[in-house]
This record gives sequence, structure tokens and C-alpha cells, in this order.
Amino acid sequence: MNARLCAALAALAITLGYTSAALAVDNTPPLTNPVLQQRYIALIHEFRCVQCQNEALADSNVSLAADLRLEVHDLIQQGKSDDEIRDYLVARYGEFILFRPRMSLRNAWLWGAPGILLLAGLAIAVRVIRKRAQMPIVDDESPGASTDA
Amino acid sequence: MKRFLLPLVLFACLVIVLAFGIYNAPRNGTKEIVSPLLGKAAPDFTLPKLLEPSVSFDASSMHGGWRLVNVWGSWCVECRAEHATLLQIKAEGRVPIVGIDWKDEDAAAIAWLTQLGNPYDTVVTDHAGRVAIDWGVYGAPESFLVDPQGNVVEKQVGAMSPGDWQNKFLPHLAVRR
Repeated sequence: MNARLCAALAALAITLGYTSAALAVDNTPPLTNPVLQQRYIALIHEFRCVQCQNEALADSNVSLAADLRLEVHDLIQQGKSDDEIRDYLVARYGEFILFRPRMSLRNAWLWGAPGILLLAGLAIAVRVIRKRAQMPIVDDESPGASTDA
Repeated sequence: MKRFLLPLVLFACLVIVLAFGIYNAPRNGTKEIVSPLLGKAAPDFTLPKLLEPSVSFDASSMHGGWRLVNVWGSWCVECRAEHATLLQIKAEGRVPIVGIDWKDEDAAAIAWLTQLGNPYDTVVTDHAGRVAIDWGVYGAPESFLVDPQGNVVEKQVGAMSPGDWQNKFLPHLAVRR
């Protein structure tokens, strides 16, 4: 068996294992409308399981995560929008339940920091380059230059 | 020496940032969530009573007085540690305790209360965990102090020690009667 076939089979095995594991975790009955079900899947990957905090709702087999998945399922069925569902969970568990925090005054500096650091880096670079440009050119190869080698 | 100054300062900054992170890391693996309910109206609920399942209890009947809402379960190990404090609060008689028996089996919960004593004025059962979600519960035991206006003024996640009750909860009762 060549290496490429081996790799393909391994990838297939991993994919199958992963999907079946994911199916095993979520026992919430699927929504009949595939568009709604798609939204459900996307949403449960967005929320943190508050009990097992580094897992998403989608991946956790804790019973609270199952309850929260059912809650999301029912809210979608009631016709709530994605934002309304996010607000609903944030009102109960706080921003912490969102894996992607919302921008607010409190965390604005964090969002702005990369830009500020980039500008600071550019300013330093410009200053260094300007300074070097003003230095006299010293040619070490020319005769008469210091010979301390 | 001067050329080492900048890297040294940067390294010191890094050490401070990492030390801060380690110091503030969750002790038992879960970060304590500051409840968004604090200062807001406590969610109302109507749930069946544990000891009289045919009777439902409406939480709005508690409006006008202080109450301590305690979320527990007979499956919850820390609740056992907390139980003595709840019995002590019951004995003090300053505030009624409403127990929400969370995702539990009634028989096990009743056996628990018979064996350890019942500190609750009312115990209701939340089998589906829907009310617990409204209260933002993520790990039992959790306790909420609700004022006469119906607002949550204090919350405890994890077993409440007599010290927690004394220092975190009682001052609220003393100031705002």
C-alpha cells in the first residue's frame, strides 16, 4: 500500500470517528427544517459549555450542555433570531458564554492593541532607518581603514 | 550592559503578565462566572413541590420579603458540605430558604432531607433544568439572596461556609431591612 493511500484512509477514519463522536454527544432531536438545523449547529459551536469551560456546547456531554442545546433548539423553533438567542444566553450566563466576545468599552483596548503596536513598530522602524541614512558611509574594504582583524 | 536592558525589561513584563495569568487561573478548573443577575430581578418560576408533587409553588408568592434561593441536588457532593450551613441559617430564622432540587430523583432527594435534616421552607423540583437555566446556574450548589423588591443582591457558587454566610450575605440583611 502506498503512502498516499495510507494517508487518505487515515484521514477518512479520523473524519468518520469525529462525526460519529459528534453525533453521539448531541441527543437533541434534529430540526426538520434543514436551514434551521444548520443555524442550530452553527450556534451550539459558538457557545461555551459553562461547566466544562474549554468545550463548546456542541462537544460537551455534560448534562447542563444537553439542557442548553435543547434550549437553543427550542428557541430556534420559536422563531427567535441568532442575535436574540445570543442575548438570551448572555443575560443568564454573561458574556463568558460567548467564545467570540463582543466589542465593548471594556475590551476595546484589546481590539485596538494590535493596531497600536503596529503603529508603534512602524514609528520605531522609521526613526531607525532615518538615523542610519544620516550616518556617513564607512567602507571597511578601503585601504587606510582600521585593521583590527 | 545597556544592550541587555531592553530585553531584560521585556522579559520582566512577560513574567508579570504570566504571573498575573497563573495567579488568576481558576483553582478547580472552572472559572467563577460573575452572575449577570446581580442587581437584577430574580427570575420567577412555578415548579412542583418536592414533598407534595401535586402542588406547584409560585416563586412570586415570596415577593415582599427576603429569601435565600439554594440550588442543590442529592447527586452533588459539595451540597453535602454546605448542608450544615443551611441548617444553621434555618436555625437563625432570619431568612426563609427556597430549595430548587436540580435534575434530581425525587426519592433520592427526600431520602437526603430525611437523613440530613431539612433546612428549606419550600423545596421545588426542577427535573428538566429549565428554571436553573433562567437563573444562570452552572454548578450546584449555588445560592442567591433575593431582597424584598425581588432583586438578586448576592450570589455564591459552590458550598457556602458559615463564614461566607456571615461575611457575604448577612451584611445585606443588616443594611437594607
